[in-house]
Amino acid sequence: MTQQVSGAKVVPLHDKQTLARNPGLEFDADCFANLQVNRSATERRAMSYGSRRSIKREQQAAWLLKAITLIDLTTLSGDDTAARVRRLCAKAKNPLSQNLRQQLGLNDIPISTAAVCVYHDMIQPANQSLAGTGIHLAAVSTGFPAGLSPLPLRLKEIDYAVADGADEIDIVISRRHVLEGNWRALYDEVKAMREACGEAHIKTILATGELGTLTNIAKASMVCMMAGADFIKTSTGKESTNATLPVSLTMVRAIREYLAMTDYKVGFKPAGGVADTKTALLYMTMMKEELGLRWLQPDLFRFGASSLLGDIERQLDHFVSGYYSAAYRHSMG
Amino acid sequence: MILMDNFNNLEYSSALESSSEAQAWLAEQNAHFGHFINGSWLHNEKADTMPVTNPANAEQLATIELADASMVDSAVVAAQQALPAWQAMGGMGRAKVLYALARSLQKHTRLFAVLETLDNGKPIRESRDADVPLAVRHFYHHAGWAKLQAEEFADYQSVGVVGQIIPWNFPLLMLAWKIAPALAMGNTLVIKPAEQTPLTAMLFAHLCVQAGVPAGVVNIINGAGQAGALLAAHEGVNKVAFTGSTPVGKAIRQATAGQGKKLSLELGGKSAFIVFEDADLDAAVEGIVDAIWFNQGEVCCAGSRLLVQASVEQRLIAKLKERMKTLSYGNPLDKSVDIGALVSQEQYQRVDSMVTSGLEAGGELYQTCEANISANYYPPSLITDVETSHPLVQEEIFGPVLVAISFRTQSEAVSLANNSRFGLASSIWSENINRALDVAPKIKSGVVWINTHNQFDAACGFGGVKESGFGREGGREGLYEYLKPAGLKAQKPLAKIKERSVGSFLDNIDHTLKFYIGGKQVRPDSGHSQPVYSAKGEVVDWVGAGNRKDIRNAVSAAVKASAWSGSAGHTRAQILYFMAENLSLRESEWVTKLQTMTGHSAKQAKAEFAASIERLFTYAAWADKYDGNVHNVPYRGVTMALPEAKGVLAIVTPEQSPLVSSVSVIAAALAMGNRIVLVANERFANLILDLVQVLETSDMPAGVVNIVTGSRQDLAIQLAGHAEVDGMWCWADAETNKQVEYTSAENLKTTWCHDDNDRDWLCDKQGEGKEFLRQATEVKNIWTPYGD
Repeated sequence: MTQQVSGAKVVPLHDKQTLARNPGLEFDADCFANLQVNRSATERRAMSYGSRRSIKREQQAAWLLKAITLIDLTTLSGDDTAARVRRLCAKAKNPLSQNLRQQLGLNDIPISTAAVCVYHDMIQPANQSLAGTGIHLAAVSTGFPAGLSPLPLRLKEIDYAVADGADEIDIVISRRHVLEGNWRALYDEVKAMREACGEAHIKTILATGELGTLTNIAKASMVCMMAGADFIKTSTGKESTNATLPVSLTMVRAIREYLAMTDYKVGFKPAGGVADTKTALLYMTMMKEELGLRWLQPDLFRFGASSLLGDIERQLDHFVSGYYSAAYRHSMG
Repeated sequence: MILMDNFNNLEYSSALESSSEAQAWLAEQNAHFGHFINGSWLHNEKADTMPVTNPANAEQLATIELADASMVDSAVVAAQQALPAWQAMGGMGRAKVLYALARSLQKHTRLFAVLETLDNGKPIRESRDADVPLAVRHFYHHAGWAKLQAEEFADYQSVGVVGQIIPWNFPLLMLAWKIAPALAMGNTLVIKPAEQTPLTAMLFAHLCVQAGVPAGVVNIINGAGQAGALLAAHEGVNKVAFTGSTPVGKAIRQATAGQGKKLSLELGGKSAFIVFEDADLDAAVEGIVDAIWFNQGEVCCAGSRLLVQASVEQRLIAKLKERMKTLSYGNPLDKSVDIGALVSQEQYQRVDSMVTSGLEAGGELYQTCEANISANYYPPSLITDVETSHPLVQEEIFGPVLVAISFRTQSEAVSLANNSRFGLASSIWSENINRALDVAPKIKSGVVWINTHNQFDAACGFGGVKESGFGREGGREGLYEYLKPAGLKAQKPLAKIKERSVGSFLDNIDHTLKFYIGGKQVRPDSGHSQPVYSAKGEVVDWVGAGNRKDIRNAVSAAVKASAWSGSAGHTRAQILYFMAENLSLRESEWVTKLQTMTGHSAKQAKAEFAASIERLFTYAAWADKYDGNVHNVPYRGVTMALPEAKGVLAIVTPEQSPLVSSVSVIAAALAMGNRIVLVANERFANLILDLVQVLETSDMPAGVVNIVTGSRQDLAIQLAGHAEVDGMWCWADAETNKQVEYTSAENLKTTWCHDDNDRDWLCDKQGEGKEFLRQATEVKNIWTPYGD
């Protein structure tokens, strides 16, 4: 799966490109105060990726393999157990059956998901399972999903997560700061969280389904990036509306704007609602069209998904066999 | 290893749509087409033929025969013969046929899409997602109108035989736009597709047979410009509908002058794409892609003039240049292609030479890829650093070429947008609804899109003003192009006056009648006067003999009075009511005058006077009630069809029932907000000038009504040729009407010409009503998608 480098650190193939981490900016309301997003026009563009670009046959197989490497394989359930998480980690390490790997001609080329994403109490079993694989370990934090516990506790939660071995922290923002137009408070909060994360990368979950308008989403994206976000992420998966293409396009355009302003690349993670290959390919097309190939690497793009992987396996199976597969033929995650 | 190469590069697939069904269909037809006339295919072995080629690879797809005069004649005769039975089928019968056409099209969407792409070079994505679905929708929508015709258009009847000429940029869609409304309203037709792109029309002919269109109702002839000219000028054609270039549109206007035909022209454009500083710039960039790189820019309403507010110009242009890098091009049958082939080598050369020679006048060209001449691929192009006078800013390029200029203020944006001979469409990009809805009515164009561009639907009218032509296609407003008012009863011409020698006709102080221009009574420029005779042939008055300078002054006064067009309907109603009040005070004087001038009895004169007062009330009533529509277009938004005043309307007054007829046309035009220049007919010029006293006492703002007398024909021609006159109503003799229609080609103003004796003005059904209001207005459709 992975290449052993000098016996200790394992570097997955897809992390070869180094990325300068976004240090953030001083708070500056001028950078986003005038942002206005036109919903109809955004939707019109978001609807067009599927009809403007085709990804078929061997290209599709390659894109789907790539998609696997972009997944934060996720379980965020109240009934998660150590055993359940170990099974998920095993799937993250070996997402494709040996048979399928052979038919695809992958030989010893490593394919694994980018990360596993869990609740705090599942960090330890996940960490044990993933040790030495180079697969990142992401923990949701800061009072996930509502983010309404006291700020000191939320910050402390990050400390715990980092101490327990998570190297990526998915935090939730206080939606109320957005809804009340309290951008400075949002900035301060995210900045404090970024500091708490230290070396761990921070993904800021906007919970876009609860922010009301695309304009709010664009502004919140800018504020989070200004506060030092490594990734901006759409949703917890717990809101009634999770990732959608228009919302994602709005965030991706904010990333482009931030890049133009600072030259720093910030990653994007749609989460919830990306459950099948067709949708995943639309997202990847959007990334390629709007930000370019660079944003189809796991250090700048992730899918927060649990069931997507299964559909990708079935689709790849169809690619090699010519027939549609069934879920039971692929190992559970 | 291929899979891993793909894994690293993540290229898109080249997904070629198969053309085998389309090729097989062509082979079944022996790749040769004659003409579809009277339900069968006619051939003339001696006819000239022309190859039809795939512009993307120069392969010949088929050959067509070119119709000569006798073939055109056969088609028109077939349409004439099919007309009575088609009309007798009634709305339900025609609705069934249109519904069957919609269904049949839908059953063969892929074949139509592929054939269109082969023939035209447009990307399969567009023919599949835009052309064909919009065509299908047009037939469905108009099946409905056929069913509703009897109820909704009870005062109208079908026009008869329609001649239709369509362009090569949207071959099937333009066919649908022409055929569906014509059939729905009970007309039969002869249509000529463009010689470059006849194939989907040929397939459609086969569909007509399948769908049960009675023989002769739809006739499709092949041919080039010459066949089009023969069709347009054919005496058996009652209406001509043309979509194409402005020069050809003008030629058709001239060729059909005086033939009594209805005419609609959908011509060129140089539509403004206006980006304000408060726009969503990323949305605007995608809008630009839709506006100028849809269909390779071969779109009459392409947003080819980018007007951007100076404060965001740099950012927008930078974003646009980045976006241009990801536009893909190649084989039009490839589903991943954004831009395909221009329609022909000729079109490629035209675009290329326009850009090359245009750049000699300055400007900076930005392109992100190379041209491919053999595939007729012209790269998306952006031209900056140009001024308004630059030829590439003024002329229609009809290719994927955008010019960008900046503006400082909202009012400058409006001026720049209107600084064009054309007036087809425009789009306004702003997140400020106050601004967008303020600017939309100020742009002189038939369509205004707010925060979108190049949206079309069967339920919404499309068409332009100024040299973009006249008439609408789609929506309720489009149906009137295929209808004419029912129930007009021609009147006996007035008896000729036996002019007697000039005698003393004064019992009182001398009566001086002057022109009325800009709110002042003025003498004629020429210093000449001409006599006006009573019914008995006595000279009763002398009126000025107007000339071109008087017309110039009158028009310029009307142009200045633009506030009238922006005034509230309520305000205009007040003034029309006041006119009625002031006119009614002079009843006995007018009754006597009418008797003297017309020779009518006191009873007749009283009836005419009473009718005149009623007319003023009618139009005062309408002034604030002729509402627009909100069209039911399938999107999240509002499409408003607003009836706007034409602007400066020239009117040559009718001779019949001179008071009530003049009051009718004046009041109708004013009620809708037009400023008018009236040429009084020679016979009753004194009566019309006597109305000045009523106008002057009724708070009519200066310049709203201007009256000139003199040689009717000369003055009418002056007005017809005047570029500041937006529309013309003319009641006159055949020769004057012909001259007016011919001369109107100058700026393609709308004309509404009638025989002097076409109707009974005392009859309300003929002498007043919505038809007058419709003729006094242009429908502007404003598309406003919403959602936050």
